[in-house]
Amino acid sequence: MTTFLLRRLAGHAVLVVLAASAAYLLAAAALDPRSNYADRSPRPPDAVVDAELTRLNLNDETPLPQRYAVWARGVLHGDFGRTWQGEPVNDELWRRLRVSLRLLAAGAVLGGVLGVLLGVYAASRNGRMPDRLITFGSFLLLAMPVFVLAVLLQLAARQVNEFTGLRLFEWVGESSPGAGEGPFGPLGGFGDRIRHLLLPTATIALAQFSLYCRYQRAMMLDVLDADFVRTARAKGLRRRDALLRHGLRTALIPMTTYFAYTFGLLLLGAMFTEKIFGWHGLGEWLVDSITRGDVNVVAAVNCFAAAAVLLAGLLSDVAYVVLDPRVRRRAA
Amino acid sequence: MSGNGARGRGPQGGGHTRGDGMSDAGPLDLPSPRALAARRVLGNARAVTGLVLLGLLFLLAFAGPLVSPWGHDEIDFTAFRRPPSPEHWFGTTGSGRDVFALTVRGMQKSLLIGLCVAVLSTGLAAVVGAVAGYLGGWVDRLLMWGVDLLLVLPWFLVVAVLSPALGGRWPLLIPLLAAFMWMVTARMVRGMTLSLRHREYVLAARFLGVSTPRIIARHILPNLASLLIVDASLGVSVAIIAESALSYFGYGVRPPDTSLGTLIADGSGTALAYPWLFGFAGGLLVLIVVAVNLTGDGLRDVLDPAAPQHPRPRPRPRTPRRYGGRT
Repeated sequence: MTTFLLRRLAGHAVLVVLAASAAYLLAAAALDPRSNYADRSPRPPDAVVDAELTRLNLNDETPLPQRYAVWARGVLHGDFGRTWQGEPVNDELWRRLRVSLRLLAAGAVLGGVLGVLLGVYAASRNGRMPDRLITFGSFLLLAMPVFVLAVLLQLAARQVNEFTGLRLFEWVGESSPGAGEGPFGPLGGFGDRIRHLLLPTATIALAQFSLYCRYQRAMMLDVLDADFVRTARAKGLRRRDALLRHGLRTALIPMTTYFAYTFGLLLLGAMFTEKIFGWHGLGEWLVDSITRGDVNVVAAVNCFAAAAVLLAGLLSDVAYVVLDPRVRRRAA
Repeated sequence: MSGNGARGRGPQGGGHTRGDGMSDAGPLDLPSPRALAARRVLGNARAVTGLVLLGLLFLLAFAGPLVSPWGHDEIDFTAFRRPPSPEHWFGTTGSGRDVFALTVRGMQKSLLIGLCVAVLSTGLAAVVGAVAGYLGGWVDRLLMWGVDLLLVLPWFLVVAVLSPALGGRWPLLIPLLAAFMWMVTARMVRGMTLSLRHREYVLAARFLGVSTPRIIARHILPNLASLLIVDASLGVSVAIIAESALSYFGYGVRPPDTSLGTLIADGSGTALAYPWLFGFAGGLLVLIVVAVNLTGDGLRDVLDPAAPQHPRPRPRPRTPRRYGGRT
């Protein structure tokens, strides 16, 4: 078990190093941070731009291997370099990570739990009206790209706001300036943050929900006719108890590992949601940095995302071993 | 199954000669496997719905411009941001362009890109997976290692970074997207090839001196056909969404040209005041994906023997009555 995990970890580490290097080389070769200075007025002299770019290790006149060596040495010391404006990438990375996590954690958990619950319910009503409704709903949601779903939610929220005459929903940014200074003090600021959180969380939750619901329904249907569920019924358990205690527990195992894995992927996958709702998270940073040609930021976010995906993969392996006795016995 | 086929065919063939229909039943004309598969697909409600819907969408996309009074590059200076009317079926944009013509042009692109990417990526997955699984050894290790690496590299970044280099040549998006969509399927193909390569017919072919490429092409891949068909059909919707997402951010099809992604991006800001700018493009995009997914799911029900059969209504477990328990 330990050797298996260690071998897995070593393999993953090599992959992260390769993926991060490839991302850096690609970004450094293709992006053009110099153009940012050309847009400034008055336009700085070329020598100054060159010196500034060299200081930030962004100069395209420097040979690529040399820039890569500088970058890699920094990363090995835990330093991802600086943005094109000269600020350290690390500080911003951690700040953005907190923003992303705040958004994702609620959305992913909500979507996962709802999806699993409705999936189980649909499977237990297989072929009848509730099942058809849920299956149809998740099918439709699955076909809806995030940027369509988010806009639809914004439209609905605006209608609700107009109808009730209150600002129940907000869809720009993480908070309104000055919200904490209203009549309710810090409590108002907290409420304001919650209102900003509602729509993006719903977007992520709905997108996740459709996936989990379909998956869980399929799993549950496989289990529904299994021998151990029939045995549980035969020994006198009611249908609900047999399904929940014996069926669901088995059908949940793959979902746990799936959850770990998708959460790793979501860190960057949320970039659409973040961009549309104006949240300054990791995904939004990546998109903006590509446009600005900010090589170090692009490389850092990617390095981080690759590590997150592989860590999640490792976690899902561990979860599988811990949860599934069949795997445990084989591995031991 | 074959009996059913023969019986099904009998009355049709002998409809007008009812009297001697029994006597000249003659040799059983069994339907070919392909005909059988086609019949099963046509018997699946999802697949049929999806295919019909797709056919209609294709018709709209490619015949629409022929009947529309406005071209995608024409500007109507008398109608800025007008709602749908008999003159402009889907309304006009802020610069007076006909939304129907733009949307239809975007649909053409989405459908073409989706189909080409799916075919290309599934083809690549089939070849890489089969070669890795059949040859084994260091070829296998090397290829699977490449698969892992590509899986870790975020596709969005690579396409977005390369996008300025593409300029306005959107067909180049096809190989680029395909390059990032084949890895998971390749792993599946490899796994199935591993079990196929020791089958008797493969061994027989090998001992008869058939060359490796020929064995892969004639004996391995045809046995994976159903998996590959299903994968390609589901890949279409993934590719369509990927393309529109890229275009939404301005990394795919770029502004002078239109795609559903750019239309949605332009329309989403003003979706409440001018719903036709967002609604038609968004709705049609969702409809295309629904149609493709329906087709893919239907095909999987019919073709993939490994797929769980639940989409078909199965007899409800009648446990309460059988055990006589309360529920």
